[in-house]
Amino acid sequence: MSAYTLPFDRIGSGDHARVGGKCASLGEMTQAGVAVPPGFAVTTEAYVAFLDETGLRAEVEKQLERTDFDDVASLDRSAQAIQIRFRSHHLPEHVEQAIRADYEQMGADMPVAVRSSATAEDLPDASFAGQQDTYLWVVGSDDVVEHVRDCWASLFTARAMKYRHANTLGQIDVLMSVAVQKMVNARAAGVAMTLDPLNGDRTRIVIDASYGLGELVVSGIVTPDNYSVEKVLMEVVDRKISDKTVELIPDPAAASTVEREVTGDRRTAQCLSDAEILAVAQLAKRLEKQNGCPQDVEWALDADLPEGENLLALQSRPETVWSQKAKAKPKSAYATGLAGIVGALNNPIGAKSQ
Amino acid sequence: MDAQTPMFPSAYDLNAPAGAEGWEELYPYYLTFQPGLRAKEDQKFWFCDSQHWPNPFKPFDAVTVEFAVKCLGQYNTRHYLVPPANGVDYRIHNGYCYMSPIAVAPELIEGRIPQFMDRAGHYFQNWPSLLENWHKKVRANIDAMEALNFEKLPETVPVEDVKGGVGLDNTTQLTEAYDRAIQLLYRTWQYHFEFLNLGYAAYLDLFGFMKEQFPSIPDQAIAKMVQGHDSDLFRPDDELKKLARLAIELGVAGALKAGSVDEALANVGTLPNGEKWLAAWERAKDPWFNYTTGNGFYSTDKYWIEHLDIPMGYLRDYIVRAEAGETIERPTAKLHAERDRITGEYQEMMDPEAQEVFQGKLGLARVVYPYVEDHNFYIEHWSMGVFWKKMRQLSKLLHQEGFWPTEDGMFYLTRNEVRDVLFDYGNAWATGGEWIGPSYWPQEIERRRGIIDALSTQPPQPALNNPPEVITEPFTIMLWGITSESIKNWTGGDSDSSDLTGMAASPGVVEGLARVIRSPDQLDEIQEGEILVAPVTAPSWAPVFGKIQATVTDIGGMMSHAAIVCREYGLPAVTGTGNGSSRITTGQKIRVDGNTGQVTVLD
Repeated sequence: MSAYTLPFDRIGSGDHARVGGKCASLGEMTQAGVAVPPGFAVTTEAYVAFLDETGLRAEVEKQLERTDFDDVASLDRSAQAIQIRFRSHHLPEHVEQAIRADYEQMGADMPVAVRSSATAEDLPDASFAGQQDTYLWVVGSDDVVEHVRDCWASLFTARAMKYRHANTLGQIDVLMSVAVQKMVNARAAGVAMTLDPLNGDRTRIVIDASYGLGELVVSGIVTPDNYSVEKVLMEVVDRKISDKTVELIPDPAAASTVEREVTGDRRTAQCLSDAEILAVAQLAKRLEKQNGCPQDVEWALDADLPEGENLLALQSRPETVWSQKAKAKPKSAYATGLAGIVGALNNPIGAKSQ
Repeated sequence: MDAQTPMFPSAYDLNAPAGAEGWEELYPYYLTFQPGLRAKEDQKFWFCDSQHWPNPFKPFDAVTVEFAVKCLGQYNTRHYLVPPANGVDYRIHNGYCYMSPIAVAPELIEGRIPQFMDRAGHYFQNWPSLLENWHKKVRANIDAMEALNFEKLPETVPVEDVKGGVGLDNTTQLTEAYDRAIQLLYRTWQYHFEFLNLGYAAYLDLFGFMKEQFPSIPDQAIAKMVQGHDSDLFRPDDELKKLARLAIELGVAGALKAGSVDEALANVGTLPNGEKWLAAWERAKDPWFNYTTGNGFYSTDKYWIEHLDIPMGYLRDYIVRAEAGETIERPTAKLHAERDRITGEYQEMMDPEAQEVFQGKLGLARVVYPYVEDHNFYIEHWSMGVFWKKMRQLSKLLHQEGFWPTEDGMFYLTRNEVRDVLFDYGNAWATGGEWIGPSYWPQEIERRRGIIDALSTQPPQPALNNPPEVITEPFTIMLWGITSESIKNWTGGDSDSSDLTGMAASPGVVEGLARVIRSPDQLDEIQEGEILVAPVTAPSWAPVFGKIQATVTDIGGMMSHAAIVCREYGLPAVTGTGNGSSRITTGQKIRVDGNTGQVTVLD
């Protein structure tokens, strides 16, 4: 095995910097026995080899020297030029061999998703990362290799460059790993947060879910169903069913995905059964416990797997918004013992609202 | 709503239904809204307690509300000086009772705190030993009640009494026994509240703390943290389950299945192991069959011990289910583990300081809370069962002596009128003349029966006059589950909608066919898998909880008996829907969501 790829089930805790946040989390989940679609990471060493062995690094640096980051037109031109440079090089032979070998291991012509796993992704405000550079339903090792390269190139969108500049991160020093993961034939998918994103309530698990692959939920193209689950009692306490107009489904002929209109009663039906809602909540709760902090989990229900084994975790990362807020201290010190009882009798505040 | 129109009607504007005119005379003067006090009474908010008293009172039965609510008050007002709360005022109107909590004037609250801390503090600190003593007192009280005997006056005073120089006749014993019964009942209700309010107070403290920590925590999650699973309240039902198992083990199950109770027991007696099973049945009866299908507040409540066909019916059911391989026992080990899991998971979400406070409050609540469940068996079931048995015995005696044409005639008299009747009985016996009662009471009782029947045709109002801005009275919230929100539900009831809202009292969601039950006598109508819909349920309906899928009630809060039993049996429940039992009809398909408190009619 080369240093350039690492299957999810072999990613160790020391590999975080090499495989990026997303792959590290997939590795942890796989090894903890959470059902995760199998796959492998293309490491940052592979990226560095690509930069160094093809002469790409020098070309990028030269282009960056000419870039005026405060001039939108200049930045756009540079971004385009750098991306063209990326695509004009083949991957080094040994890197390409490693990727092809690991891909073939997954099965002949296995449809996969190719996604970036940037090492900068864990930055507090790095929410731009990992969204646009995802390629779904990729089939065949030629296409996999090509999309790995595309992921790397996506480090140099104008938006990403601007972001790094503004945050004084080095442009070429930010490394990227890529995840190659078996494609899920998602009947429904979405996101689960182990706290209520509206108010930080940790007793709730809030789930967004819609038909097909989860990308449309994440990108906000459909308004998903929204379910709220009480985390301890594990009961569905709130459900908002929305009009789910489109779904993203695989298009095997085109080796791609396609947006399809959702028709009829299905649009306004609850897209997960209550049992499925609870299974997703249970998964998220487990990931929170494993990681020791509130999580933001992407999940999917695979139509090809038998019931009971069809729920897959695609990604789990720490929730960043509420977790960083200092917990509000209670207004006054807690009253204990008899004083507590007197206080409760005098002001049974909790009992007023159900 | 404009300022002039109160949210609920005044009692003074609520006329009796036709045929019930003159109902006021059936109750003592202090129990009815007096015309001269209208200005004062209309200023107060009164809510109907149909949770404990869903049906109009026969005059005698009103003693239950008098003693219970008086004794509730005395502990707040005079024993412990609960800082913000005195007792609860109560009136009967058109046969139903209305409650109005009496708050302590704000400027007096602070001054009561030291006395409360001293008096209530003593109870909290010495709970186990005081409770042990309570059991002794209640047991002695029950024994004294059992010892009472009402016998026909003999032809002559026994010669031994004459020669023994007793100097008293048989009416003395009779009237004293009656007075003694009432006095023992009075003690029963004082004992009932000796610990109850304190138990609720400690729970309220834990409750408030949890709501402050987790504003969205379901009430039922907090309830589950303190719930005991070996409460004496569940013993009668558990005893039947044990008897069912034993019957199968000893090979007497077949003999039990057919015929009347007497026939079945006789058949068991002829079998090789029959005596062994019969001995177990006898042991279970005392005290566990002192258990009513009602709630202990009515003279008509049926107790197992006097109606063995009731436990026998449940027993037969359990035998059939056990033979079919079902687990009929409550999963107590699982419930305990679940309670620990729930407690632990919420605690993990608290910061370390809060965790410590939580441990303290939970610890106290768990010490005191079992009383809230247990007392129900000792008071409402056992003590009240014996009391009613004795009163029925007296009523029957006077019926046999011709005072009334039916065995239950006495319950149409107030408790003080019964003393008059006993004097009439003894008086004519002494003079050698004729009793007046037999020519007076039959038609009077008939008239009163007509009034009660007429009152029963009209349901009570949920409340009278205007509610306070917010409900802050702690016992109103805990005991009756009345909050500002629930009051809003009473008025906002859109009767066209197919949705009903109540309290999410026990979790889970199910759909099924409704079975509306208005009295315990209808319990045998319930079919496997139906959803029980009732104005209110009693804990003693437990044996049918093995058959049903969910429960919906009109009345009751989180800590109502229905809620406790449903959580115990793992059934979804929505309580306090206001009028679920009149809006839903038997056979309708409904969906009960015990997580959100929603009930939807699907047909």
